[in-house]
Amino acid sequence: MPEQTVSPWLWFGLAVGQILLILIWILLSLAFLLWGDRKIWAGVQMRKGPNVVGPFGLFQSFADFLKFVLKEVVVPAGADKAVFLLAPLLSFTLAFGAWAVIPLAPGWVIADLNVGILYVLAISSLGVYGIIMGGWASNSKYPFLGALRSAAQMVSYEVSIGFVIITVILLAGTMNLTELVEKQAGWLWNWNVFGGGLANLPIALVMIPMMVIFYISALAETNRPPFDLPEAESELVAGYQVEYSSTPYLLFMIGEYANIVLMCAMISVLFFGGWNPGFPTPFLESWPATAQSIFFFLVFFAKIIFWFFMFAMAKAIVPRYRYDQLMRLGWKVFLPTTLVAVALVAGWRVYGGAL
Amino acid sequence: MISLQAIAFYIMATTTILAGLAVVFARNPVHSVLFLITAFFSAAGLFVLMGAEFLAMLLVVVYVGAVAVLFLFVVMMLDVDFSQLREGFARYLPLGGLVAGILTLEMIMVASTVATQGAAAGSTGPDASGGADVTNAEAIGRVLYTDYVYFFQAAGMVLLVAMIGAIVLTLRHKPGVKRQNIAAQNARTPATGMTIVDIKPGEGIQE
Repeated sequence: MPEQTVSPWLWFGLAVGQILLILIWILLSLAFLLWGDRKIWAGVQMRKGPNVVGPFGLFQSFADFLKFVLKEVVVPAGADKAVFLLAPLLSFTLAFGAWAVIPLAPGWVIADLNVGILYVLAISSLGVYGIIMGGWASNSKYPFLGALRSAAQMVSYEVSIGFVIITVILLAGTMNLTELVEKQAGWLWNWNVFGGGLANLPIALVMIPMMVIFYISALAETNRPPFDLPEAESELVAGYQVEYSSTPYLLFMIGEYANIVLMCAMISVLFFGGWNPGFPTPFLESWPATAQSIFFFLVFFAKIIFWFFMFAMAKAIVPRYRYDQLMRLGWKVFLPTTLVAVALVAGWRVYGGAL
Repeated sequence: MISLQAIAFYIMATTTILAGLAVVFARNPVHSVLFLITAFFSAAGLFVLMGAEFLAMLLVVVYVGAVAVLFLFVVMMLDVDFSQLREGFARYLPLGGLVAGILTLEMIMVASTVATQGAAAGSTGPDASGGADVTNAEAIGRVLYTDYVYFFQAAGMVLLVAMIGAIVLTLRHKPGVKRQNIAAQNARTPATGMTIVDIKPGEGIQE
């Protein structure tokens, strides 16, 4: 631990530096992921997508950013001004706060909490407040309905996400995300999705469906299509963010995308070995330490991008769910399935296989 | 020089107390709930400073992430009549004051005992600390599922009973309400869902 050798204030400064570095990395990645998102939908719908600003339209997000920032902030009459402006800030802050515990490469993590998984769960369960506050403070019916829908949806799917995470915790025996990733080192079958090791291969029968449920629940948790009912524009205009404009809206949108990328990172960390490439890497030992870290980081980043692609494809392909179907899926299908899976994995840990 | 931990403690302790006061004094009930959430969150921060990060995360997940959301729902949707609430204030003041007084007295007793004799003094129960290298999630698990398993199960049963009670109180089966049968809908095939009518030219459909 570095804080024992350097003074606490220097350590504090270093921590702030790390946070800024990761923040800038996420924001820059988001700009291009957003562009990629739109390009993927365009590709599916046989359009060209953004192609004007910069080569292949790569700088479209920056142009959009400038446009958002330069517009007027409209606060509706009768809105609760403080809460109205606090809500997007909260969404934005929480979406980035959860990144503190995500291990990007060996040793590349801001806060190596030993309850890292719970921290992510806690922060993402707070995310619902940004939406409820935004919907309520707008003092308008559509945003309020959208906020209620969103809150119910996010609370419902948090339950199944929680149970899926419990199966992973049981399997790995740790709640520290760095340890969790380190345990998945080596060959492909050490990844948690395949049970975390050859001896545990039979439990992959449970873990693969758990991974699928986590992916679907992550779609619902981040209000992504096909579960974008909070902002179902055909029924609710745009849900909780109808009254938002300019920078507050931008903060909501960036927060939403940061959450999506966070969920992609979580799937990679929980099920697909985080920074581990899926094969032993003895050839890396002759490399300098920084090059090794960068290699692992790129592997992790590639996994995030793959899952982001899956998120984008789900939006492009799957039609929107009806609200009762959504609730039925969450409470009557996912909750019992994950509950049984927790029992199965716990039983496997006690009675089956080598550990 | 004050350490970082001390600064963090004073910031979060002050926030907790101020947010607690704001819960009581805020005019708008929705603001009260929001301040309550702030208080919960800063209390979780204090837990982290004490080294009880597992409890802190549970506090946030359970109270802030689930319970307070329901509070917020209810308060936002209820039509609260403030004049009626203020009428009751004087009537319930003695009772509320009594409860608050007892609670304050108890808190002072607990705090002074902890301050003078340490947190575990006088405890005959099992040791939950479990050594230095055990994470606090593990330490809690060790006693919760062994020594306190019956209390833990009983607490679960109480919650289950409360949940079933809530369902029993609100569930009403009105006669004549059309309900969805999802299995039947999913099992529908073209053969059961439609009939092909052979229409002769110029005659239309005849029942």
